[in-house]
Amino acid sequence: MSVRRQPGAIQRRTFLQGTALAGSAALLVPGLLAGRARAGGPKRGGHLVLALDGASATDSLDPATYTATYMQTVGYQWGNCLVEIDEKVRPVPELAESWEPSPDATTWVFKIRRGVTFHNGKELDAEDVVYSIDHHRGEDSKSGAKGYLTMIRAVRATDKYEVTFELDSPYADLPYVLSDYHLLIVPKGTDFARPIGTGPFVIREFEPGVRTYAERNPNYWKEGRGWADSVETLAINDPTARIAALQAGQAHFVNNPDPKTAKLLARAPGVKLIDVPGAGHRTFAMRTDTPPFDDNHLRLALKWGIDRREILEKVLNGFGRVGNDQPIPDFDPFFNAELPQRTFDPEKAAFHWKKADVTGRIPLHVADAAWTGAVDAAQLYREHLAKAGIELEVIREPNDGYWSNVWMKKPFVGSYWGGRPTADLMLSVAYRSDAPWNETFWKRPEFDALLDRARGELDPEKRRELYWEAQRMIWQEGGEVIPVFNNHLYGARDDIDGFVAVPVLTGLRAAEQLYFTDL
Amino acid sequence: MHPIVALIARRLALGVLSLWAVSLLIFAGTEILPGDVAEAMLGQSATPEAVAAIRRELGLDRPAWERYLDWLAGMLRGDLGTSYANRMPVVALVGDRLANTLFLASVAAAVAVPLAILLGIVAVRWRETPVDRLLSAMTLSAISMPEFFVGYALIFLFAVTWPLASPIAAVHPGMALPDRLAAVALPVVTLAFVTVAHMMRMTRAAILNVMESPYIETAELKGLARTRIVLRHALPNALSPIINVVVINLAYLVVGVVVVEVVFVYPGLGQLMVDAVAKRDVPLVQACGMIFAATYVLLNLTADVLAILTNPRLRHPR
Repeated sequence: MSVRRQPGAIQRRTFLQGTALAGSAALLVPGLLAGRARAGGPKRGGHLVLALDGASATDSLDPATYTATYMQTVGYQWGNCLVEIDEKVRPVPELAESWEPSPDATTWVFKIRRGVTFHNGKELDAEDVVYSIDHHRGEDSKSGAKGYLTMIRAVRATDKYEVTFELDSPYADLPYVLSDYHLLIVPKGTDFARPIGTGPFVIREFEPGVRTYAERNPNYWKEGRGWADSVETLAINDPTARIAALQAGQAHFVNNPDPKTAKLLARAPGVKLIDVPGAGHRTFAMRTDTPPFDDNHLRLALKWGIDRREILEKVLNGFGRVGNDQPIPDFDPFFNAELPQRTFDPEKAAFHWKKADVTGRIPLHVADAAWTGAVDAAQLYREHLAKAGIELEVIREPNDGYWSNVWMKKPFVGSYWGGRPTADLMLSVAYRSDAPWNETFWKRPEFDALLDRARGELDPEKRRELYWEAQRMIWQEGGEVIPVFNNHLYGARDDIDGFVAVPVLTGLRAAEQLYFTDL
Repeated sequence: MHPIVALIARRLALGVLSLWAVSLLIFAGTEILPGDVAEAMLGQSATPEAVAAIRRELGLDRPAWERYLDWLAGMLRGDLGTSYANRMPVVALVGDRLANTLFLASVAAAVAVPLAILLGIVAVRWRETPVDRLLSAMTLSAISMPEFFVGYALIFLFAVTWPLASPIAAVHPGMALPDRLAAVALPVVTLAFVTVAHMMRMTRAAILNVMESPYIETAELKGLARTRIVLRHALPNALSPIINVVVINLAYLVVGVVVVEVVFVYPGLGQLMVDAVAKRDVPLVQACGMIFAATYVLLNLTADVLAILTNPRLRHPR
């Protein structure tokens, strides 16, 4: 994470004044120095206002329905998961104290934290966990997490504080899955429309698509979290209005400032920009089962013929990293660092183009619904390919219905992946032969076998080798051109601190992390 | 029966008929849109099983005409139904939003209507003078500026540069009236900006039209003061078109302000309907559509009735 501040003397000057004052005052009043020294650390208190997008008047508190940032952030205010993910993308205990897989990774035993109470005073036990997880499984479940949990055969309370997961197939990443924002823990028998949790804040008012007001849970169990007395989460879907609210001091923390103006925001007085690397990536996806894209030479020509750096600079305004035609982000423990980074090489592109023996123009279907700036990026891409003698035809599609009528229908399209917490989830969701969203229609039984072996492999070294090979296969033969990975951007007031830059599920737990530095 | 009562009765019956036609159109429109509430809610995480589970629970697997008749039957009983997306009663979702929309519209109208008519009269009284030209130039530029531009300009000036007002009009139930008025200050100014221009120009044109009449010439030749001619002789006969334009603007303040709601994050009915359409939440879309259509029907009826009442010839037909 990097924090860009207004480069200026004011902050330094006020800082110097502050220390000088404290120093001289300390000579006279010994107690004061201690007071100043504490000022640097987190303090309780204050009314924290978040302004977030992704809100709708049809939102519901039921965690099975969460699809966008606003409700996901509200969810982590009232609830906790069994597992949390830390800054190094490792699973760490939350409501589960520890966990242990069987040697074949088909049975997992989770020990539940003792002495945690829900907002209604009930103590957390294993039955509550079973009830909460089962809400997202089974035939009648309407949960967005249903697809992640299909390998679970049964969830059982094997002791008052112990839950056992029995799986149909080995799965080494179960703790990651249990950190998902849908899987918040509620007391057994809860009506999910009005959930009760163990989280840092108690929801007092919920107006869908407008605001949520919550007060601090005085009995919150987690050390060093939950600072503000109250949190107000405003639904502001318009980026300009979010920034105006931040600049006017009506909000202390906002998400998704427009990258085009983010650098200006960083220079504005009183606010700072927070920039966190993300797992989300923008792609141009080719259907490898459809001519002419069934020819790997054409795919390689299109991969060598894109100037990733220019797209990063001009479309993402530099807030991202260049991609390497495989979907695992650079911070992932299983990221293949030995794959050579593809650069813009018109000669190589022309070489593969000739080998492919394709004539005519290559149509690329895009809309800004695929990702903001996709049409601009496609226009740049056309100029890049022209230098290799390849003619790209950019076909602009309507935003409405893009995902149902263009994506996975037309042979070469713009697409977007939000990123998944683990390599397995990302590769399984979009690259397995039988994956429902295998957008490149890439079918390799040997690739599927690699994924299966990696799922059951508990030794990190051996898993790394398997995932490295999987990434190499996609890099060499896959149908994805992945020019860029995006960063997550946030704006915050200068007197706000404590943000923890976790690269996946980024910013969703901001409410319990943030505190005011000048209370 | 008095002809006005008959007229109101006939127009109300026609209004109900138009509402029914509107409900059919809205239903057909949401049916034509790609995707349904199940797919819209699950987004990228939609699996066929989860989609099927939602459709089963909401009864979306039934034919469209059956679902429409269900909704219509509920509507006739006064039951607006339940939101597909978050299972809250539509009445509860719409209630606060409608109150917010009406509040913003009334405050904006209370500012804009008197101001517009006053400026219109001033422009006629001092016609072809610098005052008139200045007013013309100002209103023409106000009409040409899109409302979101006016909104952002006001935010930039009065919320960011000089922090006098709040850039977000976040009102919520239980807010005291003075706080509420302060919160909506900038949206009210934006709406006044857009509507005053229109109403003022129409007022000016309507009065000027009457000023061409021979009887005004007579009044002038009698040596009456110009202010008196405008107020006592011309204005009463120009009221009918003025009422019409005022009512059209009132309807716009209720129905057409979704852009202003978005810019100022105001929780009104327009934003609710946009959200509902995005989620294909048919009962909610229908409820908003009915309210908007009813607003137009009732306000147009009011305009016609008022036009009759201000015109003695129509008031006492022979």
